[in-house]
Amino acid sequence: MTMWKRKLLDRLFSGSAYGAIAVMAFFLVIVIGPIFLKGIGAYLFEGTIDYRRMMLNQFNRGDEQVLDVEWAEVKQERKIIYDALFAFEKELDNMSSSRRRELKPAFKQTKEAVAILLGPEPGTPLPALPRRLYGQTRWERAELKAKDVLFEESWDYSGAQGKKVMTPRAPLFKGTALEPLFSKVEKDLESLMRPERTFYPQFLTDKSIDAHFFGGIGPEVMGTIYLALGAMLIAVPLGVIAAIYFQEYAKEGFVFSLLRSCVNTLAGVPSVVFGLFGLAFFINTLRVSPGKSVVAGALTLALLVLPTVIRAAEEAIASVPHTYKEAALSLGAGKWRTILTVILPAALPGILTGIVISMGRAAGETAPIIFTAAVSVGPIVLPSEIFTTSTPALSWNLYNICTEHEAVDEIRHVQYGMALTLVMIVLALNTLAIVLRAKVSRKLKG
Amino acid sequence: MNIETPKGKQPETHIEAKGFSIFYGTQEAVKRVDMSIPKGAVTAIIGPSGCGKSTFLRAVNRMNDLIPNCRAAGELLVDGLNVYDAGIDASVLRRRVGMVFQKPNPFPKSIYDNVAYGPRLHQSYAKRELDAVVEESLRGAALWDEVKDRLNKNALGLSGGQAQRLCLARALAVNPEILLMDEPTSALDPKSTSRIEELIVQLKGRYTIAIVTHNMQQAARISDVTAFFYEGVMVEFDATSQLFTRPKEKRTEDYITGRFG
Repeated sequence: MTMWKRKLLDRLFSGSAYGAIAVMAFFLVIVIGPIFLKGIGAYLFEGTIDYRRMMLNQFNRGDEQVLDVEWAEVKQERKIIYDALFAFEKELDNMSSSRRRELKPAFKQTKEAVAILLGPEPGTPLPALPRRLYGQTRWERAELKAKDVLFEESWDYSGAQGKKVMTPRAPLFKGTALEPLFSKVEKDLESLMRPERTFYPQFLTDKSIDAHFFGGIGPEVMGTIYLALGAMLIAVPLGVIAAIYFQEYAKEGFVFSLLRSCVNTLAGVPSVVFGLFGLAFFINTLRVSPGKSVVAGALTLALLVLPTVIRAAEEAIASVPHTYKEAALSLGAGKWRTILTVILPAALPGILTGIVISMGRAAGETAPIIFTAAVSVGPIVLPSEIFTTSTPALSWNLYNICTEHEAVDEIRHVQYGMALTLVMIVLALNTLAIVLRAKVSRKLKG
Repeated sequence: MNIETPKGKQPETHIEAKGFSIFYGTQEAVKRVDMSIPKGAVTAIIGPSGCGKSTFLRAVNRMNDLIPNCRAAGELLVDGLNVYDAGIDASVLRRRVGMVFQKPNPFPKSIYDNVAYGPRLHQSYAKRELDAVVEESLRGAALWDEVKDRLNKNALGLSGGQAQRLCLARALAVNPEILLMDEPTSALDPKSTSRIEELIVQLKGRYTIAIVTHNMQQAARISDVTAFFYEGVMVEFDATSQLFTRPKEKRTEDYITGRFG
């Protein structure tokens, strides 16, 4: 091969390598970018006066006196709205029946939209659902809900596709007592809502209120930690012992290859099958718990990550130089002593990496815990309850609140916040793996 | 056989092979060797690659057990006991028969922990006693002065020659009677090699030393007796001065004069 040809090939190879990295980075940005940008909104947002009232009532956070002053001011502002509603209702009684028929439905809609934007009207009986107790707690939601007050939404089906039409209500009520309401909401929403830059780090640890309308994702985070840690507590000793057996004790033969192929098959089983197996075996047969529980989920996840742990540990053990083993044996160490004092310490970096990466996987898996541990809403599980209680967990609840929640549109910030938190936990675990590995191998290399 | 010893009398035998063979599967790597390694002397085993000399050496502390399908026949006696007897515990045997390998193989632990590894295995020491054992062993391997200030540093930071002396100190720390050396200087530079050779000469007397080497000058310099192995057979075994000046066998002569090997 001529010189220039070799050089060209060389360039091509390194070029494609850089290309692959660039594509990966691009997709990482595409995937992680939006999750990060939107997810951060769960922690950092414009909170309204209703947010602060909710926090004070539900979580006992914030300065009550300051809030009382502010609330009095806002009530003054909101009085314009309620006065308009009250005056118009009176006015409605004195209208001609045709005019009344024209305006009454629109008025009812407006009134409902106002109740959603600002919370229940003072003096009316308090609604049962906590979500109805307060106005909009987040400024961007408030802006959206203000549109429902100002516009009537209808659909135009004249074309091939239905089209949303937003008709302003103000002209309809021109000259009536309701008119000031629209101008107030349109021009002075800020004084009605008092948005303030809010940092809400407790999103990570707070319980959720009324199915994630308010509060945080504490139970989910704790559940994920329980499940991932529990799975590792079970899988790591088993996996490392199995790896030692395969590498140091097993003799080639029928039993060896049977066990080997069992482990490899285990690695290829779909995770939902693990979930069903966990339900059938751990809960229905072994009865480790009366129903779904943290322990049953951790056992199932442990089974799922076991092949990964075994393989990582096996590779780590196999890469320990043979000379270490020889040296230990030549000093009179028995086989077990050699494994404990020389082979395992030298294999530790590889084993640790396997452990932490498996832990990331256990934290992210959804299907195995649906049948064995997960519940859509629940409090933070106490350590004493792990044998009896099911728990929310980030992976499953992310799916749940995105698809099966009664108001998926209302809690976008929680969905993204949960996704971000899950991604961050997995990312943090992987970073930990890298750091640990570097640290331990530096120690081994001197 | 006439071996020159300081006391001028015939030394007692420490390791004795009687019709000793080693098989890898069906292949006979060491063929019916008869040989008496004298106590307190340095015995060199020379021969071309693949002649079975390392296999023979590694039989003495049963390191061949690690190789699957490897089995022995005949007798190999250490202090009159056959090391391949069913009743022999290899770990106990290896305490008495230390080994230094071809490549320096310190553990990825501190220098101190490397030397203390063997003693810790066999009994529990007070800190002071263990310190004394470590110092004594390192002095025995002429390494103490170089490492006394960095005993807690990782042993993998040592140079090749230092690492090999550390391995020697590690072997000495369990207080063996016999030291097996499997080409201990083949991975070292000339200066480190000569230091190891000096050490071997110093250690002679206290320990019975058997050394496999490719380097005939080395065998001539440091050993009292030399065995020449060729294709698994022990061809000649005699006092070193005798073997290198007046070999009895044609093959020995050809090898030491460099006609093959």
